[in-house]
Amino acid sequence: MTTLAAAPGAPAGTPTAPGRTARAPLARLRRTFGISGILAGVFLLAVLVLAVAAPLLAPADPNAQSLLDSYAGPSSAHLLGADGIGRDILSRLVFGSRTSLLGPALVVSISLLVGIPLALLAAWYGGLVDATVARVFDLVYALPGLLLAVLAVALFGPGLTPAVAALSIAYVPFLARIVRAAALQQRNSPYVDALAVQGFGVVRITVRHILRNIAPVVLGQAAIAFGYALLDLASLSYLGLAVQAPTSDWGVMVSDSDALMKGYWLPVLAPGVLIVLCVLSLTVLGARISGERPQSYLRLRRGATKRSTTKPSTTKGAGA
Amino acid sequence: MGRLLLHRLGGLVTTLLLSSVVIFGSLYLAPGSPENVLFGSRAPSAAARAAVRHQLHLDQPLPVRYWDWLTGALHGDLGHSMVTGQSVASRVGSGLGTTLLLVAMSMVLVIVFGLGLGAVAALRPGRVDAAANALTSVSVTIPPFVASTLLISVFAVRLGWFPASGTGTGFADLLRGLVLPACALAVVSCGFLARITRNSLREQLEREHVQTALVRGLPRWVVLRDHVFRNAMPPVVTAIGLLTSGLFASTLVVESAFAVPGIGQLTIQSVAQKDFPVVQAVALLLVAAFVICNALSDLAQALIDPRLRTAGRTA
Repeated sequence: MTTLAAAPGAPAGTPTAPGRTARAPLARLRRTFGISGILAGVFLLAVLVLAVAAPLLAPADPNAQSLLDSYAGPSSAHLLGADGIGRDILSRLVFGSRTSLLGPALVVSISLLVGIPLALLAAWYGGLVDATVARVFDLVYALPGLLLAVLAVALFGPGLTPAVAALSIAYVPFLARIVRAAALQQRNSPYVDALAVQGFGVVRITVRHILRNIAPVVLGQAAIAFGYALLDLASLSYLGLAVQAPTSDWGVMVSDSDALMKGYWLPVLAPGVLIVLCVLSLTVLGARISGERPQSYLRLRRGATKRSTTKPSTTKGAGA
Repeated sequence: MGRLLLHRLGGLVTTLLLSSVVIFGSLYLAPGSPENVLFGSRAPSAAARAAVRHQLHLDQPLPVRYWDWLTGALHGDLGHSMVTGQSVASRVGSGLGTTLLLVAMSMVLVIVFGLGLGAVAALRPGRVDAAANALTSVSVTIPPFVASTLLISVFAVRLGWFPASGTGTGFADLLRGLVLPACALAVVSCGFLARITRNSLREQLEREHVQTALVRGLPRWVVLRDHVFRNAMPPVVTAIGLLTSGLFASTLVVESAFAVPGIGQLTIQSVAQKDFPVVQAVALLLVAAFVICNALSDLAQALIDPRLRTAGRTA
C-alpha cells in the first residue's frame, strides 16, 4: 500500500492548468487499476450500496406475493417482472445481494484471520513449523471446498452457518499459501535482518513491516477468494444446502426450476448474470490490486501447492 | 521414476487414510445419533433403540467401528444404506460409471476447446488474442449451475434438442442425456485451460532457440511441433489433471441440476436423507478421485519432462 501511495504524485503536482490537478487523481487511478479495474470497482461499489441500502432502494417487499402477477413480464409495476408466485424480481435481487455478499465476506474474513498468523509463523520460523503447517494444508487440499461444505451440511443440517464454516476451513490453505510465499520473500530481504539485528521482536517485525509490505498481495488475493467463495456459496444455496428457500438469495433464485421449465428465463438468469458479473469484477480487481495477471490464479491455487512447499530448502530438510 | 512413483503412492495412501478418519469421525461425532434417522419423528422405546444401536454397531467404541468399517471397505463391503437397506457398494457402483462417463465427456470438450482456443490465441496475437482473452475471462466466472440453467433454457426448453433432466434407458439415451451436463461442467475448465495453454505457448514462442530455428528457415510447422508445443506441455498437463479433479467436485452441482443418476446426485440426496453410510462412501470416493487425479498429473509431468525425474532422485 505504501508503494501505491508513494509512487505517482509527481506529475500531478506540475503547474499548468487548474483542470489538470482535478483530473490527476483519476489518471492515477487509471494507472494503477486500468479501465477494467475501475469499471469493476464501480460495479462492486454499486452492488455494495444495493446490499447496504436494500430496504430504501428496493421498489417492493421481496416476499410480497400476488398470484395475479404470476410470471408477469417487465412493466412499470415490476421493472424486471415477477416470479411464479408474483414476487417482484428486482426487489428480490436487491435483497438477495445481502445474503449473497454476507456469506463470502464471512468466509474470507475467517480464513484470513486463521490463515495470516499461520502463514507468518510458517514463513518466520521455517523448519518444522513450516513443514507441519504445509502437511495440514495438504490434507485440507485433498478435500474440495464444495465437498467439505456438503459434509458439514450432512452433520449440522442445511443453513448458511455450516456452509460458511466449512468453506472458511477450505479457503485457509489457499490464502495462507500466498501469504506465506510473499512473506518468505520479505523474510529473506536485508531490511528484515537489519530490524532483527536492532533487536526488534518477531511480532513487531512481522506485523508492522512484513505484513504491511505484502498488504497489496493479501488484499488482491482476498478479493479473488471472495469471488470464488461467492460462487461456492451460491452453488450450495442452489442445491438447497446453504441459504433456505423463502429468503431471497441469488443462488436460491437460480434454482427456481419451475420458471425454467416453463420457459421464463428472467427470474432464473438475472441472478445468474449478477453472480457472474460480481465474480468477474472481483477477479479483475483482485488481480490489479495484487499486481498480478489473472491467469496465475489457478497455478497459485493448486499447482503451486507442491512447488511452493518444496522450493525452500527449509521445508525439504525438515519434512524428510 | 520408480522412486517418484513410490513417493506419490505413499502420499496418496496417507491422504486417503487421513481423510477417511476425518470423514468417518466427523459423521459419527455429529449431534443427533445416526439411529434417529431411522426412527424419524417417532419416539422409540429404550429397548428398541438399544436393539437398533446394536444392529448398527453403534454400541461399540468409535475406533472399533472405524476399524470394522475400514477392513470391510478394503474387502469391498461398504455397509448398507440406512434408508433403503441396499448395500452401499451397489448404490455407489451404479452411479460411478455414469459419473466417470460424464467427467470423461466433459474432459474431451475441455481439451478440444481449451487447447484449441489457447493455441489460436497464442499464435494470433492482436485482435484474436484479445477476443479469446475476453471470452476466457468471462467463462472462468460462469459457475456450473448458472451454465446448467442457461443450457436447459436454450437447448432443452426452447429448442428441445436434449432432455432437461434424467438420462433415460440404454446407452444412446445416456450419452444424449449427458451432453448438456458435460457442456455445463466444461465451461469453467475450458477457460482455465485456454489461458494456461496460451501463456505457456507464448512463453515458448518468445524463446531464442525458437526464433533462431525460424530464422534459419525451418518449416514453421516443424518448429511449432518440436520446439514450441513439446516444451509448452508440462504446465498444460498439470492443469488438465487439476481441472479433472475439479470436475469431480463440480459433478455435485451439475448432476443435481440435470438429475443425472451419478455419484454427485447420490451424495446430495444422501446428505438430505442423512444416510451416513452412503455419504461416507461417496465422499471418500470423491476425495480419492481428487487425489488420484492430482497424483496422475504429477506423474504425467515427470513422463513428459525428463528433468523432473532426475530432480526427484536428488531431492
